Amino acid sequence: MRDQVTSFLDDSLLPYFFCPGCGHSIITDYLNSALVKLQLDPRKVVIVTDIGCSGLADKYFITNTFHGLHGRSVTYATGIKLANPELKVIVLMGDGGCGIGGHHLINAARRNIGVTVVVYNNLNYGMTGGEHSVTTPIGGVTNSTPYGQLEHPMDICQTVAVNGASFVARTTSFNKGLPELLASAIQNDGFSLVDIWELCTAYYVPNNRFNKSTLENSLAAQHFSTGILHQSSSPEYSQAYRQSVAGEAGKIPMPARTIQPKYQSKLDQRLGIIIAGAAGKKINSAATLFCRGAVLSGLYATQRNDYPVTVKSGHSISEVILDPAAIKYTGIKKPEVMVMLFKEGVNSVQRQLAAMNAMDTIIINRELLPIHTKARQIVVDFNQTGRWMNKKEYWAIISLAKLLCETKIFPLEAFKEAVSGRSEFAEDNLAAIEAGVIMGQ
Amino acid sequence: MRELINGAQAIVRAAIHSGCNFFAGYPITPATDILLYMIRELPKVGGVAIQAEDEIASMGFCIGAAMTGKRVMTATSGPGISLYSENIGLAIMGEVPMVIVDVQRMGPATGGATTVGQGDIQFLRWGTSGGYPVIVLSPTNIPECYNLTCRAFDLAERFRVPVFLATDKETALTLATVNVEEFKPYPVRERINAPVEGEFIPYRVTTLDEVPLMSPYGNEHVLRFTTSTHDEKGQLTKNPEAVQKLNERLAAKVELHLDEISLVKTDFQLDAQILIISYGVTARSVEEAVIQARRRGKRISTLSILSLWPVPEAEIKEALTGIQKVIVPELNLGQYRLEVERLASGEIEIIGVNRVDGELISPEQILADGGLL
Repeated sequence: MRDQVTSFLDDSLLPYFFCPGCGHSIITDYLNSALVKLQLDPRKVVIVTDIGCSGLADKYFITNTFHGLHGRSVTYATGIKLANPELKVIVLMGDGGCGIGGHHLINAARRNIGVTVVVYNNLNYGMTGGEHSVTTPIGGVTNSTPYGQLEHPMDICQTVAVNGASFVARTTSFNKGLPELLASAIQNDGFSLVDIWELCTAYYVPNNRFNKSTLENSLAAQHFSTGILHQSSSPEYSQAYRQSVAGEAGKIPMPARTIQPKYQSKLDQRLGIIIAGAAGKKINSAATLFCRGAVLSGLYATQRNDYPVTVKSGHSISEVILDPAAIKYTGIKKPEVMVMLFKEGVNSVQRQLAAMNAMDTIIINRELLPIHTKARQIVVDFNQTGRWMNKKEYWAIISLAKLLCETKIFPLEAFKEAVSGRSEFAEDNLAAIEAGVIMGQ
Repeated sequence: MRELINGAQAIVRAAIHSGCNFFAGYPITPATDILLYMIRELPKVGGVAIQAEDEIASMGFCIGAAMTGKRVMTATSGPGISLYSENIGLAIMGEVPMVIVDVQRMGPATGGATTVGQGDIQFLRWGTSGGYPVIVLSPTNIPECYNLTCRAFDLAERFRVPVFLATDKETALTLATVNVEEFKPYPVRERINAPVEGEFIPYRVTTLDEVPLMSPYGNEHVLRFTTSTHDEKGQLTKNPEAVQKLNERLAAKVELHLDEISLVKTDFQLDAQILIISYGVTARSVEEAVIQARRRGKRISTLSILSLWPVPEAEIKEALTGIQKVIVPELNLGQYRLEVERLASGEIEIIGVNRVDGELISPEQILADGGLL
């Protein structure tokens, strides 16, 4: 049995360094009371803070602490909780942090990650000199809004509540029931947030003749209700994640698909092949199968793909290099072979096409004729391929089989073996290769 | 036995073999493949991989997880490194072991998302406030993507510092044929946590270059972590002596141990007066250029730098011995050439071969621009 923890504060560091009358002292005391009430193991609690006077609070606690960058406390807390769900993670942040880190706050709520956020909300930036924050009320005077705040104040509670938080409360530092409220927030499995309005005696109080009653009036004037505003029982993220991936445990990660060369190729120098096609026509996968066939034949192969960000429209180009020796430079300045299948790809290969000479070979879809080139042209007419006429996603395989028949770069058998893998398309791919062979006769 | 594989796959496999069990990232071309592979593969070994809301959160998640004892990695491209910047500084200050992959694309700004570049090389070194050292490794090919990722994890353990793997779109995404024997697992040292018995002072050291032992959140000890200048207990301090000692140590712990970090590949030719210094994908073109140049009777040496930062000064100086002309090809306007110029005497002619049009530097361009024809 652990001894009863009578205080989670390090007495040797007290009293707090906060300004006289600052609400931070009260909230920190109440948080201590909540922890004492819950009797958590200090080694299983992490208090995360960021920048602002609230970021001075973690140092007083005997728990684990993490003091990070402005507004990012929720991200460190999320990482800690995701990595070790048994930890109780409590974020102390100011209204400043809620502004600069608002995006993180929303997304932590969306995940319902098991983190408790305690907002030390004093309506302005205390640490840097009394500037306005996202919660400064309209008309509020701060040192960066000397003529009054014009921006609408952010409703932190509603922001996280509508975005998936499972415990949301708003109160003031004058609420004597705060220890119980904080304890409830910490006990909630999912994402909790308690927005605590308080006085900044250094800036907001003198700038606005603010006090307890004007603070409470300000809440009312803005229609900000107090108390527990929202509770739900959605799954906590770090647990939900582990459940969702449980079926993956023990599977082999990144298994290698090794290739043992077993065929022979007569290719004795580097060969650059460009396949000019269209999106959605399996250009890249056909090229990869072709490369596997080449590697099965003892060649080295590289494949670089190019396509627009709109993956289902526009061009799709594969650049393949085959070489009997290891390939270092992976660019193709002048291809020895070009396979021109679809008009979408033609524009993208004009520069390489112009570089080709009489020793080079082009396999071209009849529909794309005529083209200006010095290279030898082998015309393929997909209208004569029977059932393949309308199966455009097999035209690349057909053309590459045709290429092998014409050039004997590597054995057709190797290409057949490459397409005969576990793929659901194996049978159709093999048939497409046969179609390419017949086309050559 | 061979494998058709790209750099992204090799990096992910190496990370998992190195014990990586936490990954957070945000989609960005051309680094997205690493995120997607990690999300699919890491649960198989009991790890956690998540897409964060942005790059800032990716780093935050990784840093938090690292301090619970996880072995963490993230991956992005140049525009993402811009957003990583503040947390890179935090990871240096708090001494967080982590691996950051930068799949470089052409900049500036969003630049060319699908085009290759090497323009982040100085940025990685100087990309956060204060100017304290990080470690940057750069693979020239796919086997090295594997080998150097393993090494990056080991160096992160050794030095408790962010270790970058600076690769590029071409290496990460172009499929290539690799002889599987070239994948050489590099043993990643086990983490030795602070002893469970006795007091734990998170940043207590006895020597100027020491790396303090860690104790993860949730262990026997209470851990105090801070991004602010701190004393040995992790409490904020402005005591000039403590501040000076901490800041000097953050540099010394890395810079006094170059012998454990520096990694280069050399191909020296006797009596050569020409040296080509390169790194990353460009080093592959250099290998071909040198074969061609030597066929023409040129005597020429090469130095491929695998550990870009800290600069392997001793290795570069040794390679410069007897050299009259240095050629430095890079897919930027001459960033690492600055380091070579700093180390070379005034007598040596230094020629940059540079390209920023999204194409690779070809062996022929190195020969032509380098005056080797």
